[in-house]
Order: sequence, then structure tokens, then C-alpha cells
Amino acid sequence: MGEPDTAEPNGARRVASEARDRVRFEEEALALADQVYRVARRFVSTREEAEDLVQDTYARAFRSWQSYTPGTNLRAWLLRILTNLNVDRGRRIQRRPDETPLEETDYYLANKMAETAGEQVLDQDRVVERLSQDSIVNALADIPHDFRDVVVLVDIGDFSYADAAQILDIPMGTVMSRLHRGRRLLKARLAEEAVQ
Amino acid sequence: MTDGDCGKCERLLQGYLDRELTTYEVAEAEEHLNGCDYCRRRYRFEESLRVYVRTTAVERMPPGLMEKLAQLRTTDPGPASV
Repeated sequence: MGEPDTAEPNGARRVASEARDRVRFEEEALALADQVYRVARRFVSTREEAEDLVQDTYARAFRSWQSYTPGTNLRAWLLRILTNLNVDRGRRIQRRPDETPLEETDYYLANKMAETAGEQVLDQDRVVERLSQDSIVNALADIPHDFRDVVVLVDIGDFSYADAAQILDIPMGTVMSRLHRGRRLLKARLAEEAVQ
Repeated sequence: MTDGDCGKCERLLQGYLDRELTTYEVAEAEEHLNGCDYCRRRYRFEESLRVYVRTTAVERMPPGLMEKLAQLRTTDPGPASV
């Protein structure tokens, strides 16, 4: 080690190998773009905002690629950047989630639908007829951010509780309580639409 | 089965579908579900609702975004402008 004539080739090899790693990183990150976009789209209210957010995320990811540890969950790593950028945009200056009262329980939506249309309505796809795509999207958008973020990550992004905790930088217990509450809020909102 | 059992079953719903319950809790929920149409319907309803939410809330990436992202690459062998 330290011999002048071997240092140069080793250095060159290292540079070449780093370049290959970087190319591979960028390709793997790009392959996840559609999945990243899906989550981003439900974090913000418009398609344009989602596009901007995803572009900013990739710009930052490509710059700081070396802070990614190969072999770990790249999708979660990208979403962590995206979440931080979204917070930086100041969208946190909104409702305080814990002030939202919620009496409803987990059977709330099912009970409401069964009350108006009978128990059988729960059995088949008639549920779907009563809940339009718009009503789902609007109901999701109505959930306060802190709860929605977790619901979007777990129920739409298909992240585990542990990944969601890492992405949002909150304890796993908080992920679970926000997720449960977020889903109840979603159902309460859907009940308003479905039962008119 | 009593109202109390249904209440307990309801509290286990989310954890059950998320596969986050203990073996004991899973057995408890399933024992109740086996004898309770009311809860079984609601579990199935919740399951199909989740699938429905997932499929309806997903919006594919707009055309053109992928190219914009690819242009952000630092290693792209394309136009070498800086």
C-alpha cells in the first residue's frame, strides 16, 4: 500500500467502479419512478404539484446518491426524500390532526351502508357501485396530512409499517395509530357520500 | 356470541387484515368470525374496500415525466451540455 506506481491504477479502478455504481443507482431509481409518483400524487392535490415533487426528489436523489446504502430499500429511500421535500414546501401549516374528533369505529361505513341498503349490500360488488372513484379520491384528500401520509404509504404505496416509520421519521406505534385513525376518517368520509 | 365479542372482533379488524396480530389474537378473531355472519361480512367488506381504494386511488405517471427525470441523470451518456 502507498506505493506510487500501484496507487494510480487502483484509483482509476475505483473511479470506474464508482461510475458504474452511479449508473446502476440511477437506473434502479428511475425504474421506481411510477411507484414514487403514485404516492406523490396522493400526497398533494394536483398532478402538477406531484410532477414537481417527483422531479425535485430525483434531482436530489441523483445528487446525493452516495448516501444511499446499496441493498437497502431504494423505494423507501426515495420516498423519504420526497416526504422531506414535501414538508419543506410548508404544507404542514394546516389543520392539526389531533383536533379532529372521531367517534366512528371500524365497522362504521359497513354499518351505515347496511342500515340504508340492507346487510346484503356488503356481500358483493354493489359496494363499488356506491363508491365512485371521485368519492374515494376526495375522501382521501380530506384526511388531515399526518394521517393521510400514512394511509397513502401503507394502503396505496404498499409499504410496511416499519418502512412508513422510517420514511416519515416517526415511531412505529405512531404509524399504527395514525393509520388506524386515518382509515376510520376515510370511512367516515365515504359514509357521508355513500349514504345520502 | 355477544355484543362484547363483536366489539372485540371489530377492534381486531385492522390488525387482522394487516397481519399484525399475535397468533393468539388471530385465533380469537377467527373463532369469532366462524360463528358470526355479522362480523364476517364486515371483514370481507373491509378487505374489498381496501382493494378498491388501492385500485381507484392509483394514478399512473403522466407521459413525459419519465423523460424529464431521465434528463436529471448525471451519468446519462446523452447531450454533454452542462
